[in-house]
Amino acid sequence: MLELRQITKRFGAVLANDQVDIVVKPGTIHAIVGENGAGKSTAMRIAYGFYTADSGQILVDGQVREINSPHDAIALGIGMVHQHFMLVEDMTVAENIVLGAEPGSALSLDLKSAAAQIRQLSEEFKLAVNPNEPVEHLSVGQQQRVELLKALYRHARLLILDEPTAVLTPLEVEEFFAILRRMREQGKTVIIITHKLSEVLAISDEVTVMRDGKVVGRVQTKDTNAAELARMMVGREVLLRVDKPEPQVGAAQLEVRNLSVVAADGSKRLNGVTFEVRSGEIVGIAGVEGNGQTELMEALAGLVDVSRIRGETILGGKNINSVGARLRRELGIAHIPEDRHRRGLLLDFTLAENSILGVHYRPPIAALAGGVFLDEGAIQRRANEIIEQFDVRPRNAALPARALSGGNQQKLIIGREYRLNPKVLLVSQPTRGVDIGAIEFIHRQLVSLRDAGCAILLVSAELEEVTSLSDRLLIIHEGRIAGEVDPKVATLEEIGLLMTRGH
Amino acid sequence: MSDFLTFLLIVIESTIRLATPLILAALGGLFSERSGVINIALEGKMLAGAFTAAGVTYAADVSFGMGSASPWVGLLAGMLAGLFIAAIYAITCIKFKADQVVSGAAINILMFGIPGFLSGALFLSSGSTPQLPKDHLLPQSPWIIAVAIGVLVAAIWYVVYKTPFGLRLRSVGEKPEAADAAGVSVSKMRYWGVLLAGVLAGMGGAYLSIGQSSLFTRNMTAGRGFIALAALIFGKWRPVQTLLACLLFGFTEAVSNQLQDLIKFPSGEKLPVQFIHMVPYVLTIVVLAGFIGSSRPPRALGIPYQKEK
Repeated sequence: MLELRQITKRFGAVLANDQVDIVVKPGTIHAIVGENGAGKSTAMRIAYGFYTADSGQILVDGQVREINSPHDAIALGIGMVHQHFMLVEDMTVAENIVLGAEPGSALSLDLKSAAAQIRQLSEEFKLAVNPNEPVEHLSVGQQQRVELLKALYRHARLLILDEPTAVLTPLEVEEFFAILRRMREQGKTVIIITHKLSEVLAISDEVTVMRDGKVVGRVQTKDTNAAELARMMVGREVLLRVDKPEPQVGAAQLEVRNLSVVAADGSKRLNGVTFEVRSGEIVGIAGVEGNGQTELMEALAGLVDVSRIRGETILGGKNINSVGARLRRELGIAHIPEDRHRRGLLLDFTLAENSILGVHYRPPIAALAGGVFLDEGAIQRRANEIIEQFDVRPRNAALPARALSGGNQQKLIIGREYRLNPKVLLVSQPTRGVDIGAIEFIHRQLVSLRDAGCAILLVSAELEEVTSLSDRLLIIHEGRIAGEVDPKVATLEEIGLLMTRGH
Repeated sequence: MSDFLTFLLIVIESTIRLATPLILAALGGLFSERSGVINIALEGKMLAGAFTAAGVTYAADVSFGMGSASPWVGLLAGMLAGLFIAAIYAITCIKFKADQVVSGAAINILMFGIPGFLSGALFLSSGSTPQLPKDHLLPQSPWIIAVAIGVLVAAIWYVVYKTPFGLRLRSVGEKPEAADAAGVSVSKMRYWGVLLAGVLAGMGGAYLSIGQSSLFTRNMTAGRGFIALAALIFGKWRPVQTLLACLLFGFTEAVSNQLQDLIKFPSGEKLPVQFIHMVPYVLTIVVLAGFIGSSRPPRALGIPYQKEK
């Protein structure tokens, strides 16, 4: 169906694709796996005409084709669903689906016949969605259906899906896989880009593994397993489960009593949450994203206006309700935010500058002339220590943070917070967008911080991560704690039900 | 009572006449901004349209003896002048991805100067074109104009909301990467948006010089391009609301013209006319300060589209 031959693509100094060969057979589900930056998305964006290759050929149905724009790809029956949805939020489902392939004449947009056609496709592929609903009112799962319908509406025979499950809950993933299987039955070909090995094994027929811009393996799914795929992706043996000793639990460090966060419209995004985190333990919070996790972590980090907070936050026995972010950090609360680009880093600042954020105003960083000037030497030393100890690559403190991969950016943040010797660590989505190799490293660092006596509160959308790292697991649903389970014995079904039903 | 009715009628008529250049420019701005390109160059395009229209009408009348057809030739020339300026702006902003505010400001500055230079070269004057005869101007009747504007707004509304062209235009201004992924050419739609803005702003400028008055004078737009932009924002980038916003601005200008002899200090002295003429501009500031928060611009407005990272 689709064949990439010797595709090479360079972005500046980076060789994103190096003589990539990929063969996708018709009527199959083909997985392309690899770490971030391995070149999977680049290869597929070339196939979809978003990028043009520097050299190499693309064959569709055995014939060499020029694909210079998405328009060309669509004409050849190729559709793509991007990791970040390509939908215009304030337009309706039907408008989004027909955009660029409008029915009717140039003088009138026939949305009625479009809606009818969309309903028919929804029926055929069981992708229920209301054509007249504005996209911004839809859930993430529904938006994904719109993306699929968009491709099907254009008669795509080959669908390229870039990290399609990253935004879905476990239940939605099941539904989504059912849809993919239905598509395969209807004769469609599917390419799925992912780094989640369990999903590769569950859904695909064939796998192409990429590393550092090259194809390093091609296997039939039935002939492989997770350990082998991980080894190919990373280039060495990888520990897939977290190995950690029993926790040495101490006194309660962080206590939260009846904590609520009130939104501008008066609704409570976090509603009366009570729990405690003791030193030496990791307390995990599992939940579908958007159920109050963000509000909880930001409230604890002091990033929510006090007027919006109800209830009590107690640190080491002292009430810190009205204490702001800076003082909270001084009192020993470190924070690894869920969105490192928004809250964690200044992307255009150097690694050195980023490594001192939050301590920039106090000794030893601001030491000269009574703290008026920054001590450049101290900044370099601190940055280099973090880069060394936390294996941040490339090892150059003068680079802007933007130049680093997601995993290395995250390692820099973790190093920075680790250096605060925190009593409490608030950590959200520690491995989002991070490679398998770096994930293992980050998990080890969190466990070592725990063993040093830190109280860690962990929020993660990755169920596997939160269950394997946590010593205790709370489940959050619609802003309330729906229950607590022992992560060593609880089943994924049990946790999944608490996450989606709240009881 | 009949005095009041007469006053009202005068104000209404003059509101329509004064609002017309604003409406044309603002609707032009709507096409451009809906496609994602900021249009602070409306002022410059209006100036280009006004000067060219007046100059060409004069030439058509005097040199070619086209008589009453000459203002129509002038109008067409004004639209082409707006188109030409818009083409320069479009190429800098879309092809070369220049900062839209900076290049728009450059065009405005350029158009403050060029008419003065050309009028010196062509008409031996320091910034204005020769006076045109009263019967060789565009139609003056506010009612004819009102009908024409009504038809235009209806047509633009239809194009923006009910045609594939409009859907693509709006998508490009909201989320160009989504439009690109759907096979819509982002730069093509933005060229359309900016060029249409040029034609309409040129038309608005032309109406200023060969409709409302009978010659081009130096800097005759006097910030109307910016007021049109304010009206566009006030009108939330929607055709009908923008029309109403322009009428409001035209109304304040009309009222201030009518009031300048009426308002007196208790001492009997007249209020300085400059204060009254300030009203539309003060309203612009108030509107922008008060409503810009509640009026959401197209999401991709002002951001050049980069295809490859």
